[in-house]
Amino acid sequence: MTSPVQISQQLSFTRREFLRSASGLVLGSALLDSSPLVSGVTPQSKRKVIVITFGGGARDQETFAPEGQENIPHLMKELIPQSSFFTQVVNRGILGHYVATASLATGAYETFNNFAAVSPDSPTVFEYFRKERKRPASDAWVVAPSNGFNRIGESSNRAYGPGTGARVILPKHLLSAASSGATDYSHLLRDSYETPLYAPQLGGNTFELEQMENLLKLSVDDFKNHALTLSSADELSVYIVRQLMKQLAPSLLWVTLHDIDVAHAGAYSLYIEGIRRTDRLCGELWKLAQSEPEYAGKTTLLILPDFGRDADEDAGGNGFQHHRTGDVPSRTTWMMALGSGIREGVVFDRRLDSLDLVPTIGSMMGFSASQSHGHPITELL
Amino acid sequence: MTAMLPGDLKPEQFNAYPPEAKKLALDYLPAFQRVPPSFLPSLLREVIEYDYKFPVERRALQRELENLRSLSASDNTDWFREFSAIQLSPALEKFDWVNNPAQYVEQLSAHLWTTHQMDAFRRAAINYAERLRSAVPPEAPTQPRMGIAIIGQGVDKPDEPLFRKLRPQGAYFTAVNPENGLPQLLDAVTTRAKASPTPYGHWYIDGGRALSHDASLTCVSYEGLASARTALLERIQNETRRSGVGPESLRTTMAQLRPADLGFNPSGDEILDRFQVKLLTEGSGTQIFSTSFTQWAAREALRRAQPVSLLVRFAPRQRQKPMVELLAPSNAPPQLDLLGSLVDADMGAYYNWINQQRLPGSEKSMFLVWFENHKEAVAISPALPRGTVSAAAATLPQLLSWMA
Repeated sequence: MTSPVQISQQLSFTRREFLRSASGLVLGSALLDSSPLVSGVTPQSKRKVIVITFGGGARDQETFAPEGQENIPHLMKELIPQSSFFTQVVNRGILGHYVATASLATGAYETFNNFAAVSPDSPTVFEYFRKERKRPASDAWVVAPSNGFNRIGESSNRAYGPGTGARVILPKHLLSAASSGATDYSHLLRDSYETPLYAPQLGGNTFELEQMENLLKLSVDDFKNHALTLSSADELSVYIVRQLMKQLAPSLLWVTLHDIDVAHAGAYSLYIEGIRRTDRLCGELWKLAQSEPEYAGKTTLLILPDFGRDADEDAGGNGFQHHRTGDVPSRTTWMMALGSGIREGVVFDRRLDSLDLVPTIGSMMGFSASQSHGHPITELL
Repeated sequence: MTAMLPGDLKPEQFNAYPPEAKKLALDYLPAFQRVPPSFLPSLLREVIEYDYKFPVERRALQRELENLRSLSASDNTDWFREFSAIQLSPALEKFDWVNNPAQYVEQLSAHLWTTHQMDAFRRAAINYAERLRSAVPPEAPTQPRMGIAIIGQGVDKPDEPLFRKLRPQGAYFTAVNPENGLPQLLDAVTTRAKASPTPYGHWYIDGGRALSHDASLTCVSYEGLASARTALLERIQNETRRSGVGPESLRTTMAQLRPADLGFNPSGDEILDRFQVKLLTEGSGTQIFSTSFTQWAAREALRRAQPVSLLVRFAPRQRQKPMVELLAPSNAPPQLDLLGSLVDADMGAYYNWINQQRLPGSEKSMFLVWFENHKEAVAISPALPRGTVSAAAATLPQLLSWMA
């Protein structure tokens, strides 16, 4: 029987081969220490970091495998050639979207109920950043898809906690408040695909409608009118991110996309649509970061899924529909980094842990993630 | 309440079980008393449903229990060593897992994730299943299985090539005569059912309204469950309006629903009716998308009833709407997403084939997928070369005959 480690390595190997053939990437070990392709490094004090979680879990066969590459043209043709790409990022935690994203944001495997409205136990990357770098609340933001993510900005850790983390914007919640009962926007308001029948009550340091005009310079009417032109909740999130970048230009910005998770409804075509939309939105965000004066030339973008989805071959699951089996494909995913200080066109096979994200951001921005269980990714530093 | 351990089990604790399940449990009580508490509730979840299981499921469960009973003390320790190493919480140990094994298993799952024991439990479960398969080989089919999937109803021209995942497994035919294709395929399955009648051995699943069919076929259809779906959605809406109802309690409520709760005829086939209720209450998306329903119904029919014949016809699903709108029963006819449904069904057919191949006798199994009212089909069989393409004119009955 093939061991999980062997399966994980095979996944990594195939991703690397696909990428090398499709994008002309080179193996990282050949270039490390001497690559002339490193983008200019920005001082820690001026560096901006944007994290995008490639929302809702996507599998190789619908993304980086040859048959899936047609679904991610922006990643393949525009972003990967500029990236350091890691083929093997393993998530050993709970495969539920809120708890897994919270684990990514704390660098420690959180163990709370995925559907509970609670703060992470361990300090978040936003709290480390603000405390050590003495940054104001306006410098760290989270844009997240559903009510379940409302407490992701700050932990319950006594040394940090309320008021010390990131402001959280839930665009769907804002839209719901803005529409005040009108049904025109309801196509965007589904809270969660994992439990579509349930939306947790809000709480925590969330951003309310009345602050939108003051902070984002966005009128409620403009927001509502723009929402009517969109087809998905992730498009609404990216619209808000755009406003945030233009008006507040936070140094640390975390965007959780989620449309792909429509896969839970079992309709393969909708899952593929979600991947294609997410691919397009990642491309748009990177273009925005390059065109905004506050971000151009000093931004590092990190894109990674929170986890994968079940393999077709696992009898305990139902293929793409869920991420419940805990099998290797549902735990093994990838990460790409591009922009300031990042080597371009390099692929790394080394096995990373998804907890490594937070200490790596810490090293990039000049703070220590002291309670994280991960390790800085040296290839990005 | 004190911790309840398998070794302390008493016969009277099974008094609430349905009659045949109770008899089965009492017959094997000594075997139950020897297995660890991380394993037994999963087994009892099957035992408590015994009265409503398909014949092949009943026989498999009996063989598993007989194997448990036959294990020596040292073999028993060896078989369950990995399960014994799983640490349970005090709350789980006190849970009434005898009478509520399904709810227990759900809470056990959450506990395993939280305590990072899911991988260990998964390994234990896989190893147990492999040992069981060696000790008690699964029941071979009475004849080679035949699976048929019909996809693309209402589509004139697909956006993308079809059958990309199935073509490498069989022969791709591009000049099939579509005339009378539907009745021809239904006749072929009916002929098999009449030639080898077996309870729940020959199935016809339709994602829309079922065609007229012979009584020898076990039939499930999305349209046939329209009133049950409406009743279920109304119940879900009522539940979610109540404050304090979270996903766990909603799932528990849904798991307790019986056919009568959703308006099934009390004089119906209780085994089949319970199967259909589970499709709606346990399946994800089955309540709202016919393509999700059809794929899940086929998966569950194959997993549980292990039919030797299965005809599955996918139908168009409604376009994606917001969940709020989807969950609100309405008399307005839904708008359909024909092309999206074809993509769903193409993948669904691939999953039907995978699930068929998981069953005993897979080396002789046959599978046909046809683009409804069109000339394209893929035929998979030991008698046909894999990964080939044929432009020769053929009828669907001819394809079936070449597969045999």
